[in-house]
Amino acid sequence: MTQRIVVVSAGLSVPSSTKLLADKLGDAVERAVVARGREVDVQHVELRPLAHQLADHLLTGFATGELANALDLVKAADALVVVTPVFSASYSGLFKTFFDVLEPGALDGTPVVIAATAGTARHSLVLDHALRPLFAYLRAVVVPTGVFAASEDFGASDDGSLDKRVQRAAGELAVLLGGATAAAPAPARRSVADEFAAPTPFEQLLREAGGSSVR
Amino acid sequence: MQIGIFTVGDVTTDPTTGRTPTEYERIKATVEIAKKAEEVGLDVFATGEHHNPPFIASNPTATLAYIGAQTENIILSTATTLITTTDPVLIAEDYAKIQHLTDGRVDLMMGRGNTGPVYPWFGKDIRQGINLAIENYALLRRLWTEDVVDWEGRFRTPLQGYTSTPRPLDGVAPFVWHGSIRSPEIAEQAAYYGDGYFHNHIFWPASHAAQMVNLYRERFEHYGHGRADQAIVGLGGQIFMNRSSQEAVRRFRPYFDNAPVYGHGPSLEEFTEHTPLTVGSPQQVLERTLSFREYAGHYQRQLFLVDHAGLPLKTVLEQLDLLGEILPEMRKGFAEGRPADIPDAPTHASLVAAAGGAKDGTVHAEDTMTGTTDRDAETEAVLVEGAEA
Repeated sequence: MTQRIVVVSAGLSVPSSTKLLADKLGDAVERAVVARGREVDVQHVELRPLAHQLADHLLTGFATGELANALDLVKAADALVVVTPVFSASYSGLFKTFFDVLEPGALDGTPVVIAATAGTARHSLVLDHALRPLFAYLRAVVVPTGVFAASEDFGASDDGSLDKRVQRAAGELAVLLGGATAAAPAPARRSVADEFAAPTPFEQLLREAGGSSVR
Repeated sequence: MQIGIFTVGDVTTDPTTGRTPTEYERIKATVEIAKKAEEVGLDVFATGEHHNPPFIASNPTATLAYIGAQTENIILSTATTLITTTDPVLIAEDYAKIQHLTDGRVDLMMGRGNTGPVYPWFGKDIRQGINLAIENYALLRRLWTEDVVDWEGRFRTPLQGYTSTPRPLDGVAPFVWHGSIRSPEIAEQAAYYGDGYFHNHIFWPASHAAQMVNLYRERFEHYGHGRADQAIVGLGGQIFMNRSSQEAVRRFRPYFDNAPVYGHGPSLEEFTEHTPLTVGSPQQVLERTLSFREYAGHYQRQLFLVDHAGLPLKTVLEQLDLLGEILPEMRKGFAEGRPADIPDAPTHASLVAAAGGAKDGTVHAEDTMTGTTDRDAETEAVLVEGAEA
């Protein structure tokens, strides 16, 4: 079965170092998954062209056009790579907004590589104090290696430390994807789409109403 | 086909003048709008309910009864009745009372409410929204259909030997619609009971309405109430008209751009494309409205939102005049190609006929006891215990 990987990047400038890192990670994940004998399909979602639609979504509560497609891609992904520039010591507002409008439960149990870029290495802990908690909240499975790239990393070739981190993170993601024997995930929340495909019979809704469910 | 208007009673500053109506003005304007709706030949007026500023849509029952006293024919309805945070015992009483006062010119639309703090203000938990809607409505139905109710549930105090008064007019409960934008459980609920389903069909893409209506229709048939295309469907819609379509856009834009909910977001053009909002000539409104059937099928009730975002009363009344002018064409359009076995929306008269005629439901209290009730016995026991101690 083809593994669907979606790379979400929130770089704003063109060209952007965030997109550069996203491309590196996308390629590395592709190689790592293929190396384990799996087929892979890597798709990129750039948030910059979706900025207006994201702001609209905050106000109207629904997604339109390319944003709707991007959200569908992410919901259907087997794994994600997410890359944000560091703004004011955290992920950018654009990056956060995308995950704010994602349907709750969409990332339950999804393996994720977190990555960030900044002008200086002094921001590197943003991965662990901002991105990791965000994806923990979203019940994604974040791989142990986060990838942080400061501007200087793109020029430093001494033993290719950025490439090493990229490859390690990609490898960890590939292992999670290949883990057919991984522990059974918690029962998935039913998505709105599930409910339309097979509605919960009303007799069950009546029983649940009197029970302890939080629907 | 029933055609009417619905309002949420927002008190919003008119962005073209900077003037904000007082609550008094907005409440009185609502009554004027309802009377005008009857005057131009509309079938339904529905209002509120909200329990917080900037709305005047609290206590819809007083509003509807007051309007009922000043109108003759228009059906009075709600948009919506908060089945989650309102005690179903009060809903049963209130709307049976309005039935009597207006000779059956009332039905209801149930909704859950989307204002978070309203739940705790009324002692409820928003996370239980669906469960509240299901349990409360199940009780409400029993209160209307059974003279004496023994009931115990999760969300309100139990009832023993409770009779809701007055009994529904002619022994027939008001017809109920269930409104929800995207909760399939509510479409399922409406289908289970064979009640109506209403999609607000404003502010959101038509695809949301389509998937809810389709699910409701499918499940309506599943539960044996008739064919899917015979289910009772209502849609909302938002319109602004001018004889010149460019002038309609020019005049509505400031209200759109500053509107509560979607203002300062997408452009008028984007929103018109993505949602059922129609701003243009009466002919454009007519055509767009009739096109709703392409994804909703033949349906029973169309309600328009015409009075929000700070539009002054004068403008709203002009909109109703324009709506009245295209009403005959709209009715004709809706009748076109409509199979004879697609039912109309139930009314009090049709429900009475279906029940085999009017029956007075009055419950006369008869004391067949000999003067001792359970309560007396308990009181006595407490007194005796007290005396012994």
